[in-house]
Amino acid sequence: MVLKKIVNWARVKSPWIIHVNTGGCNGCDIEVVDVLTPRYDVERLGILIQGSPRHADVLVVTGPATQQMKSRLKLLWEQTPDPKFVIAIGACACSGGIFRHSYIPCLGIDTVIPVDIYIPGCPPKPEAIIFGIAQLLAKLQGKDTPVITPKEIDLKSHIKDKEAFAI
Amino acid sequence: MAKKKIKVASPKTGCAACMPNTMEIPLGPQHPALKEPEHFLLEVEGEIIVNVTPRIGYVHRGIEKLAETKTYSQNLTLVERVCGICSHVHSISLVNAVEGILSKHDFEVPERAQYIRTIILELERVHSHILWLGIAAHEIGFDTLFMLSWRDRELSMDLLEEITGNRVNYGINEIGGIRRNMTKEQLDKTIKYMHLTIERLDRYVEICLKEDTIRLRTQGVGILLPSKAKELCTCGPTARASGLAVDIRYDDPYSAYKGALRDILKVVTYDTNDVFSRVVVRLIETIEACKYIIWLVENMPDGPVFAKPPRKIPEAKILSRTEAPRGELIHYLWSNNTNKPYRLKITTPTLANILSVSEMLKGDYIADSTISLASIDPCFSCEDRMITIINKDRRKSKVWTWNFDQLRKYSREWNAKNKRWKK
Ligand code: SF4
Repeated sequence: MVLKKIVNWARVKSPWIIHVNTGGCNGCDIEVVDVLTPRYDVERLGILIQGSPRHADVLVVTGPATQQMKSRLKLLWEQTPDPKFVIAIGACACSGGIFRHSYIPCLGIDTVIPVDIYIPGCPPKPEAIIFGIAQLLAKLQGKDTPVITPKEIDLKSHIKDKEAFAI
Repeated sequence: MAKKKIKVASPKTGCAACMPNTMEIPLGPQHPALKEPEHFLLEVEGEIIVNVTPRIGYVHRGIEKLAETKTYSQNLTLVERVCGICSHVHSISLVNAVEGILSKHDFEVPERAQYIRTIILELERVHSHILWLGIAAHEIGFDTLFMLSWRDRELSMDLLEEITGNRVNYGINEIGGIRRNMTKEQLDKTIKYMHLTIERLDRYVEICLKEDTIRLRTQGVGILLPSKAKELCTCGPTARASGLAVDIRYDDPYSAYKGALRDILKVVTYDTNDVFSRVVVRLIETIEACKYIIWLVENMPDGPVFAKPPRKIPEAKILSRTEAPRGELIHYLWSNNTNKPYRLKITTPTLANILSVSEMLKGDYIADSTISLASIDPCFSCEDRMITIINKDRRKSKVWTWNFDQLRKYSREWNAKNKRWKK
């Protein structure tokens, strides 16, 4: 029990991340790098970017998981040592975003690996990314985190000009 | 990734006397030096690279096909997501193409809109080039410059956020104009911030020219001779660093470059042909871009920023070229008198430049490969175009990296099998 507490304390103090792009547009990637550079500087909170999945605790994934990247993402996830956590950054990674209806099945990364925290936005602002990571740390400490259950909304009744939006 | 590494990191079998002992080293798709998934197969002899095979296609998302299902103003949102760093230039290309068709039917875009568009284009160039400087410094292990330059990049990001409302995908363009006007305070702030950026950039130019850390790692590395650059159809700063004066802003002006701004445009070239020359060209270009922004703000005309376009775009085929931060960007649009495009074809600068990487890397050390690769400012999300065809038995998959003869052979086989010609 005490050992578990100590391990948890160490994990919360300094999560090391690896950044994986699974075919997004780059917008989320530059915001992730932005978080690591002087304006936002999450290194002061102990968060460090790593080159190899074997050294990382947290997989930070952007992009919609294209056909070619699916198997590679799975490999990377398998290489990361337990316990591991996955953060999905951007609308793409959460659900496929704008590319969802493409002929390549880009349906988000949770069709490939389990995800702990979703950060929506296209791209999310650096503040949102930091908030998301803070939520992950709170989750590790056993605190409650906000959970949003997605609802389906029929937008068709709201559209006045039907011709312009016909797909 | 791991599987591949184990498989190929063994010497090729063959007679040692008649065959040089080369090894193959994979770089990517997940690699600390690459921010995006891409694969390069380096063939090395000892420490020296003898051949490079790029393999693209990890980021294929089917955007061109997706564009056919959306209306023109929805497409502006989609096209911005081709690339996050040069998002505005993509939407400018599409907007220019559509407005080019409409201009045949007496439709004009207000001039103030063109000026504000061009300000954002140049701001995007400033932030993209400073971003590149940081990444390049990171590749050669000069992390101080990486952090410093990304700090200064925030100035232009703040401006972009204030003018357009977004940090990355701005969404300010609309067919017929722009969505938001610029206020007096914003114009003043732009000038103030640009003077600040020029001040900081001057210091980086001094650092890059005098600092040994940079000079020793970049001079004489990744050489691309002008003749080769021409042969491989490079464009943008990569071509300009090899001494070729190509710049679409000057050669084929669009937006506000058409007017008096063209007289003060400078095509920056440098002639040492190596990575160092690419650093210099990009830095000087950034300073010039700041000056254009100041000029544009000072000469901004008054008036409206939006004119309502017709919903249906008349039938036409049009090609629009723009100068993205990385080179020449081409959008080819085929409209069919509806509110959706019939065909949209996008050709991006990295696709034109990617072949020159193989040329640059040949004869260099492995340790220099990452900086040579970064020196073309690759943006793979723009350029991926590949389809995996799964065989009927679904065990093997084939990839379209064939040359013309193989393609012809395949088409003959396919036709014979499917008896197409008999119908
Ligand atoms: S969520 Fe938006 S900004 Fe992020 S990678 Fe996807 S398309 Fe780009």
